[in-house]
Amino acid sequence: MMWKWLHPYANPEISYHFAGKILPWCTRLAVTFLSVGLVWALLFAPADYQQGDTFRIFYLHVPAAMLSMGIYLGMAIAALSSLVWQLKLADASAAAMAPIGATFTFIALVTGAAWGKPMWGTWWIWDARLTSELILLFLYLGVIALHNAFEDKSLAGKAAGILALVGVINLPIIKYSVEWWNTLHQGATVSKLGKPAMTADMFWPFLICFLGFAFLVTALICIRFRTEVLNRNSMRPWVRELVAKEENTHAV
Amino acid sequence: MTQLSYRAAFSLIVKRDLMIAFRHRDDIINPLLFFIIVVSLFPLGIGPESTTLSRIAPGIIWVAALLSTLLSLDRLFKSDHADGSLEQMLLSPHPVFILVIAKIFAHWLLTGLPLILIAPLLAVLLHLHESSYGALMLTLLLGTPVLSLLGAIGVALTVGIKKGGVLLSLLVLPLYIPVLIFATSAIDTAAMNLPYNGQLAIIAAIFFGSLTLAPFAVSAALKVSTN
Repeated sequence: MMWKWLHPYANPEISYHFAGKILPWCTRLAVTFLSVGLVWALLFAPADYQQGDTFRIFYLHVPAAMLSMGIYLGMAIAALSSLVWQLKLADASAAAMAPIGATFTFIALVTGAAWGKPMWGTWWIWDARLTSELILLFLYLGVIALHNAFEDKSLAGKAAGILALVGVINLPIIKYSVEWWNTLHQGATVSKLGKPAMTADMFWPFLICFLGFAFLVTALICIRFRTEVLNRNSMRPWVRELVAKEENTHAV
Repeated sequence: MTQLSYRAAFSLIVKRDLMIAFRHRDDIINPLLFFIIVVSLFPLGIGPESTTLSRIAPGIIWVAALLSTLLSLDRLFKSDHADGSLEQMLLSPHPVFILVIAKIFAHWLLTGLPLILIAPLLAVLLHLHESSYGALMLTLLLGTPVLSLLGAIGVALTVGIKKGGVLLSLLVLPLYIPVLIFATSAIDTAAMNLPYNGQLAIIAAIFFGSLTLAPFAVSAALKVSTN
C-alpha cells in the first residue's frame, strides 16, 4: 500500500520525535531565509515607482496574509482527518496551528493598516478583503475559545474541528474578494501562476521572505505540536521515560 | 414494531417543541421584547432626527434581530440536553438530519416568524424609507431561517459546556456577518429605488446552502456534545 509509510506517524511517540528532528532544520532555514530576504527586501530591492519606500511593508504583509489563510486551510484539513479517520494526532496539530494562525492574521491586519494609512489615507476601511480577513481572525479566536472551553481535550478537538470546517467557507471569500467586489484593496500581485505582476528584482526577495515566514510557521507548529502531544500523553510510559531522562541530565 | 415515516417524525418533533414553547410562553415573548427594547434604545441614544434614523434603520433592525435570535438559541437544545431527551432522540432509528431540521424549523417558527411580523411596526418608529419595506420583509424572511440554522451549529457545539452563553455569541456572530451585510445592503439599495435582486439572490443562496449543509454540522456537533 502507498499509505504504508504514513501509518507509523499515527503513533504519538514517533511523530513527537519526527517533529523534534525537523524542528532545528526549519529553524535554521527560517533564520537564513528571513535574514537574507528581509535585508534584501527592506534595503536593496528597488522602491515602487508609485508607492515609493512605503511599498516595502508588502514583504511582511503579503506573506502574513497568505500564511493566515494557508494555516487555516491546514487546520481545517487536520480537523477533517481527525473527524473522519479519528486521528488523535491530527487533533493535536489542529490545536497547535490555531493560535499561530490567529497571530499571523493579526499581523496581516496590523501591517495592512500601517500600509493603508499612507496609501489610502486611512487605517481601516470596511471593504470586502479587510472585513473578510477580520472575520477570519474572529473564526480563529472562536476555535481557540471553544477548544479552551472543554475539559476533555479529545472532545475539545472534535468540537473545535467542526467549527473550523464550518469556517472554511470564508477562505474563498477572502481569496476572491478583490475580484468579486470593487474594493480599495489592490488585486493579487504574486499568486498569478507562472507570471507574477512584478519585476524579478522585487519578486525574488518576496519569495525568500515568504519561504522564511513559511519555515518559521512550520517551526512554531512543530514546537506547539510537541507540547500538545506531551500534554495529551503525559501518563504514557514513553513520556515518563523522557521526563526521567531530562531530569537526569539536569541533575548531572 | 412499525416505524414512523420521516414526515411523521418531523411533524412529531415540531409539534412537541411548539407545545413545550406554548406552555412556557415567556420563552417566546422575552426575545421579542428584547428585540423591541433594543430597537427603541437607538432613537433615544442617537437622537430623534428622522433623516438619521431612516439612514440607520436597516442596520438597527438587523443587528437587533441577530442579538435576539442569539438570546433565544439556548432553548434549541439546552433543556432537551438537560433532561436527557436529546440523547433519546439521537438514539432513535430516524436520521439525525430529520430531527435537527425539525427542531430548527420549530425554533424559527417561535423566534424568526414573530420578528418578521413585528419588524414593520418598528420600521415605522425608525422612519424607514417607504420603498424599503418590501426589501426588509424579504430579507428577514430569507435571512432569519439562516440565523436559526447557523445558530444551531453554535448551540450544538456548546450545549455540553456549563458557561456556554458568551462563548456561543463568540462562535455564532462571525458566521452571521455575511447575512447582515447583504440584508442591510439590499434594504439600502431599495431605499434608493434601485433593484436589489442581486443581494436577495445571495441571501437565498446562503439560505439554501445552510439549509442543506448546517444540519450535518449540527448532528456531528450534537454527537460530540452528548458524547
